[in-house]
Amino acid sequence: MRHLLCAKDLSHDEAVLILDTAAQMAATQSREIKKLPTLRGRTVVNLFFEDSTRTRISFEAAAKRLSADVINFSAKGSSVSKGESLKDTALTLRAMGADAVVVRHPASGAPHRLAHAGWIDSAVVNAGDGTHQHPTQALLDAFTLRRHLAGGTGDLDGLHVTIVGDVLHSRVARSNVDLLGTLGAHVTLVAPPTLLPVGVEAWPCEVDYHLDSALAAGPDAVMMLRVQRERMSGAGGGFFPSPQEYSRLYGLDQRRLAALPEHAIVMHPGPMNRGLEISADAADSARSVIVEQVSNGVAVRMAVLYLLLAGTRTPAADDETKVPA
Amino acid sequence: MTTYLIRGAAPLGGEPVDVLIADGRIAALGSGPDADVVVDGAGMVLLPGLVDLHTHLREPGREDAETVETGTRAAALGGYTAVHAMANTSPVADTAGVVEQVWRLGRDAGWVDVYPVGAVTVGLEGERLAELGAMATSAARVRVFSDDGRCVADPVVMRRALEYVKAFDGVVAQHAQEPRLTENAQLHEGVVSAELGLAGWPAVAEEAIVARDVLLAEHVGSRLHVLHVSTAGSVEIVRWAKGRGIDVTAEATPHHLFLTDEEARGYDPVFKVNPPLRTPADVAALRDGLADGTIDTVGTDHAPHPREDKDCEWAAAASGMTGLETALSVVQATMVDTGRMTWADVARVMSVAPARIGRVADEHGRPIAAGEPANLVLVDPAARRVVEPAKQATKSVNSPYRGLTLPGAVVATFLRGKPTVLDGRLVESVEVRA
Repeated sequence: MRHLLCAKDLSHDEAVLILDTAAQMAATQSREIKKLPTLRGRTVVNLFFEDSTRTRISFEAAAKRLSADVINFSAKGSSVSKGESLKDTALTLRAMGADAVVVRHPASGAPHRLAHAGWIDSAVVNAGDGTHQHPTQALLDAFTLRRHLAGGTGDLDGLHVTIVGDVLHSRVARSNVDLLGTLGAHVTLVAPPTLLPVGVEAWPCEVDYHLDSALAAGPDAVMMLRVQRERMSGAGGGFFPSPQEYSRLYGLDQRRLAALPEHAIVMHPGPMNRGLEISADAADSARSVIVEQVSNGVAVRMAVLYLLLAGTRTPAADDETKVPA
Repeated sequence: MTTYLIRGAAPLGGEPVDVLIADGRIAALGSGPDADVVVDGAGMVLLPGLVDLHTHLREPGREDAETVETGTRAAALGGYTAVHAMANTSPVADTAGVVEQVWRLGRDAGWVDVYPVGAVTVGLEGERLAELGAMATSAARVRVFSDDGRCVADPVVMRRALEYVKAFDGVVAQHAQEPRLTENAQLHEGVVSAELGLAGWPAVAEEAIVARDVLLAEHVGSRLHVLHVSTAGSVEIVRWAKGRGIDVTAEATPHHLFLTDEEARGYDPVFKVNPPLRTPADVAALRDGLADGTIDTVGTDHAPHPREDKDCEWAAAASGMTGLETALSVVQATMVDTGRMTWADVARVMSVAPARIGRVADEHGRPIAAGEPANLVLVDPAARRVVEPAKQATKSVNSPYRGLTLPGAVVATFLRGKPTVLDGRLVESVEVRA
């Protein structure tokens, strides 16, 4: 694995290896001293062209717990807002000697360009690009699903996951359809037709316009996607008539929560719009694993950075680069 | 004046013959005549000089991308003797002054005849008609009007333009793109755009405008030219309109005949173009339409851009590809070598029909016969060449064919009896060309 750009690029075995590595990483995080020497002397740049405090601090925590040096490069207030191109930013990072670049960008495909245009030699990790992909989110979701529903090992064979919300604009949905499918899960997407892309019929999943019928099928997990209120109006026309109608038709409320199978879990990539796509009852219920998703995110990102960087160069003694058991 | 003999080339791919060029004209056909310079045409095809109804020369305003000089050098190397220069320059070619400037730059460069296209509306804004009559009666004698790059979306403005240009036998060349359906659109809306998370450019946004415009053209009895038809649905609408007797002509670009939206998977903006690359089914429909005459012309939509406008993320990149130096090879690859068209058909779609539509058929797109103006291109169909954008004459390197091996090569181009290209190279000597 040279880069992590797209969940689709991961084979079944690569994905399982990341999850297994993440499990080892997670085990170290209950120790008193959380920091590992694995990536000492390596530099990880968090290159964020879009606000995302949650994802940035998750990657930052992951890199620091592996003892990497972390540089946070935020487009806000940097030269990017003055019109510096992605290419020139990349050349600057190369000059600074970044070993890995974690990039969040509003344009779909920007991480691909960074990885393949010949501007930098670093490993590139996609931390969310436009409406394309967010592979570490899918990995942390898979990790969470595996922990709760598959005994914490292997893949997700036979699990049924229902993803609800703004699929059209969601990189989380695209990454999860790819990765969960690779791991053997069965995915159903639920959304109003306006929030599904033309071309979704080619995806390896089911599509349902009705949340109630999808829930009646008894999914093992329900993942609610964030719906932005501005999708209601705006230049593209309204995707749905009102937040109230959306909430009535596609929100996870008390009644729908109660209709879920006993063992089913509730997920959300955050940040949540309480009262819109998810009720407080659902978000705070015992079956909600939303807070755990966040902590699993650190372990998964530690695993990704470790697998990308350890072994590409040996900065320290061998025993320091081994995965802690 | 130097005389030239093209020995043993096949006019329109027919029987080989010797062609004598003297005093700017084809002096004689047949074997034997002698000349100052003999060009070996054995195994080669002789066509009328190509005519492009759709070139962006970028001057005035974007001389960093192309100039009239560099763009017309590229045209000559591509086998062209005439190009129509689109109006989306800076300032926009929406006045007699600007079109005359472009026309003079073309005449001074001398590589091909440059016919400026006039903007339909002031500043390409789609609101008020530009002074179409002034451009038509200027030294540039504009006959083709287009807001290309933008659609004349307002149906009333489009109707008035179609009507108004009848007074001087003009034609409105429409860039068919419904603007509301394509806000921020990046790629053909379908399976690939859904997966790549790029905002979709739906086929219906083109087809809705083509359908509206053919009906408007019928209603007011005007002629309409549809630029860069890219979808199977548009081909079907044009076929229907022609069957009804509507005076519509249509263009396909080389890239829409050759490439599909699958090319976007690497997010390389060299494949970003407007209208976007479509599906294999659309490519097949375009080839069918070109072969059966539904589509009248191949226009390059040669759209040079400076490196920085492509060296970036997809959404930030400019739309467009260079094409003058590869168009004939792409048509050979997609239509001739596949058995869909003859070289006579190639002459029809790349020279005769565009010359007729652009109203330059007194000089260009003529038969290869004694007494005709010697605007000719000699093509070696057996040649194979690797496309190297940096070595092309165009100032820009945004060729989607870079690294590909394409069939065919332009060996010589003659403009009114003077070679602009010999042995596949530009004839730089002013004495020879002057």
